[in-house]
Amino acid sequence: MATETEFPKWEVFTQIKPGANYIHAGMIHATDKEMALQNARDTYTRRGEGTSIWVVPSHAIVASNPDDKEMFFDPANDKIYRLPTFYVMPEGAKAI
Amino acid sequence: MTEQQALYKYCTQLGDNALIQSYRLAEWCSRAPILEEDLALTNMALDMTGRAQLLLQYAGQLAGKGQTEDDLAYRRSEPEYSNSLIMELPDDDFAFTMVRQLLTSTFEYFLYSALTSSTDKTVAAIAAKAVKEAKYHMAHTTDWVIRLGDGTDESSRRTQQALNKLWPYTEELFETDDAHKMLLAAGIAADVNKIKASWSEHINATRTAAKITMPSDDYQHSGGTRGIHTEYLGHILSEMQYLQRAYPDAKW
Repeated sequence: MATETEFPKWEVFTQIKPGANYIHAGMIHATDKEMALQNARDTYTRRGEGTSIWVVPSHAIVASNPDDKEMFFDPANDKIYRLPTFYVMPEGAKAI
Repeated sequence: MTEQQALYKYCTQLGDNALIQSYRLAEWCSRAPILEEDLALTNMALDMTGRAQLLLQYAGQLAGKGQTEDDLAYRRSEPEYSNSLIMELPDDDFAFTMVRQLLTSTFEYFLYSALTSSTDKTVAAIAAKAVKEAKYHMAHTTDWVIRLGDGTDESSRRTQQALNKLWPYTEELFETDDAHKMLLAAGIAADVNKIKASWSEHINATRTAAKITMPSDDYQHSGGTRGIHTEYLGHILSEMQYLQRAYPDAKW
């Protein structure tokens, strides 16, 4: 639980190689942007995991409500025609 | 003094500065104000240990007596250590650590920047690695000193107190001796006068942003580079060297 002396939370996203998607690595505490970037660097890229970092204040993340799970996600369950599995794969095609 | 002996002296001094800083930074392990800063401080300590290892390894090769970096780190006593005194002072609080690290890392950033063009290939290669680390240490501590100095009344008071206490140990960073002069002429060592100008500029800009005043006392300590240390180095070495002294060549 956050206490009065605890620094605000930030979500950390790291990119493994240029062009790759940013992936959520975890969270850190910091009082400003510079500290957030440095703490993210020191916490999540110590073993050469990153080429770039994003930090976002946790309060800026808008999350879906677990109670809305059925409304949000179930209607997709019976629409298998949205999946690209009906195509015949050309022989030898690898990067699909 | 041959050029090789001068270079031994130079590398030992740089290596000792890194090793003693590493010891002081590592003392924060598990004691930093927040977990993230605990990692940051120990990361810096590890950078320093790696740098000390490279420099003392090279020094051992130059001496030609078959000494390894471990022999130099764990088998020399205080008078043989040539680190600057500022490195060995005990930490009063977090502000003290940040101000010291700002003063030393800024010095090291400009020093190793200059050494990347050393005519000695090993020194230049070590410098190329060290300059990246020092640049980060400088950025990290600059931000913290501004935050603390321009923070609450208490953090400001502690930051000012730290600078007042550390300032009389800064001039020693720029001391030169015969070894420096010989190596400078050969294009191996860096010119500390040029470094001092860049260092002063960055420190003053940071101090101004942190709303911290320049200490008025102009007395400066000296001696570390000649092996004359404060009592604190003895305490550091007695702990750091205990194992090798008690069980020489211990293996596990």
